[in-house]
Amino acid sequence: MRTIWTIARRELGAYFSSPVAYVFIVIFLLLTGFFTFMVGRFFERGSADLLTFFVWHPWLYLFLVPAVGMRLWSEELRLGTMELLFTMPVTTWQAILGKFLASWLFLLIALILTFPIVVTVEYLGHPDLGRILAGYGGSFLTAGAFLAITCMTSSLTRNQVVSFILSVVVCLFLILCSWPPVTDIVVNWAPAWLIDALANIGVMTHYEDFQRGVVDSRDLIFFFSAIVFFLFTTSVILRARRA
Amino acid sequence: MITVEKLTKSFGPKLAVDNISFSVAKGEVLGFLGPNGAGKSTSMRMITGFLSPSAGKVSVCGFDVVEQGLQSRSRLGYLPENAPMYSDMSVFGFLSFCAELRGLFGSTKARAIDRVVQLCSLQPVLFQSVDTLSKGYRHRTCLAQAIIHDPEVLILDEPTDGLDPNQKHEVRTLIREMGREKAIIFSTHILEEVEAACTRAIIIDRGKIVANGTPAELKCRAPLAGTIVVSLSGIGWQSVQPDLSTLSFLDKSELISESDSKTMFRLQPKGDLLPEVLTLAQKRKWRIDHLNVEEGRLDDVFRAITLPETEKASVE
Repeated sequence: MRTIWTIARRELGAYFSSPVAYVFIVIFLLLTGFFTFMVGRFFERGSADLLTFFVWHPWLYLFLVPAVGMRLWSEELRLGTMELLFTMPVTTWQAILGKFLASWLFLLIALILTFPIVVTVEYLGHPDLGRILAGYGGSFLTAGAFLAITCMTSSLTRNQVVSFILSVVVCLFLILCSWPPVTDIVVNWAPAWLIDALANIGVMTHYEDFQRGVVDSRDLIFFFSAIVFFLFTTSVILRARRA
Repeated sequence: MITVEKLTKSFGPKLAVDNISFSVAKGEVLGFLGPNGAGKSTSMRMITGFLSPSAGKVSVCGFDVVEQGLQSRSRLGYLPENAPMYSDMSVFGFLSFCAELRGLFGSTKARAIDRVVQLCSLQPVLFQSVDTLSKGYRHRTCLAQAIIHDPEVLILDEPTDGLDPNQKHEVRTLIREMGREKAIIFSTHILEEVEAACTRAIIIDRGKIVANGTPAELKCRAPLAGTIVVSLSGIGWQSVQPDLSTLSFLDKSELISESDSKTMFRLQPKGDLLPEVLTLAQKRKWRIDHLNVEEGRLDDVFRAITLPETEKASVE
């Protein structure tokens, strides 16, 4: 446990000792603001909820989460520090969890910094705070699932750009396969079981439940099993590298 | 403390390490020699548990590195080749991180860091970013990391690579001193280092151990070891030769140089030749300028053992 925390602290330190953390947080806040107010027309809707705020999150995460996570293992491979890390009394899982939790915590910090929008909507009307909290939960879990994917792709290559692109592709697939505009096209020719399967592995179906204020155990299971699956794949890849 | 049994590693069809066995006891400093690509680093990576062996067993302090990896890894310190480090950290931050992974916290950690900073003379760069360090300091920082928990076993992959002669000397002295209470394996290309720091040396070539012994034993295997070089003045090679043929322990003689005043030649013995030569010299009243029994150089041993193999490989 202490080892995981030591590794996580180092990773967090790495974010904040370089401009990456600050650039990321500023861009994330600017973009959420821009999409919520300019594109989503937050004021014109005149509704005391954060729907126009949350609806953009998966799309922002599509690019921002791979940007945060792409260095996790690629950097270790490039610098050769993986050799150092794995000759310490550290298990593969401790290292994977330490790194994953550090980046997830970092994303949580960025997410928490969007609190002014909650304050705004609270000042303007009487929003359902439970629903907003569920929205944040769904957003955080989506970020976690994308981060686990990025962990996996970054363990594949020492090149951060490659790891970024691979991760964006996988995340995009998970978004699109249950995004109504895409499923509407597919529904015309694909068999029903395929539509169902795609809708279930897609992020959007599960994400939208949270936005409606529903915390369904099936959605929780979906996100956590996605995280566990991709982190497990990461451990398999890392072990294969050392075989 | 380190036992390697029939260790083998193959990458696809290529056999990198081929069935090597040896052991290192406490108080021993083992030099690991061999040409580039001979399998030194691969062997060391398997001993540290970073790579898993294709076949064979390695145990460190009695713990199998595959099955009891955590126990074996916590007892060894490792300096990887090229001294990799997290480039965004300061020297202090890096050492502190490594100490915590080794299970050192609080005042124990502070003392451990103090100790290695002293040993590796890192005070001037303690709060400098790892990225801006010179190669010498980089290597020493990484060495400091390897000894921060005072391990019983140390594996050092080219610890003196890229250091200046003074730094090399310091690191060698450090290795020799630490070697009294630890089991150390270090690899190097520099043969004088083996004589300076090792109690034993292994030469490895194309994945196989081709020589294993103390530096003195290895030196005896030099082609010229034990030959006697004599330089005489006032006498020519022509007149020396007949006398030489009376020596019973002489294998063959060979002229090295001849000038008006001096004759220099080498005698290859097949027994206790030296007393015979001295008696002969006294009898003939030779004026000996110089007489030397060659010790043999590790360089020559290394070349003699590894060169034919490499040449063969390049012909194939």
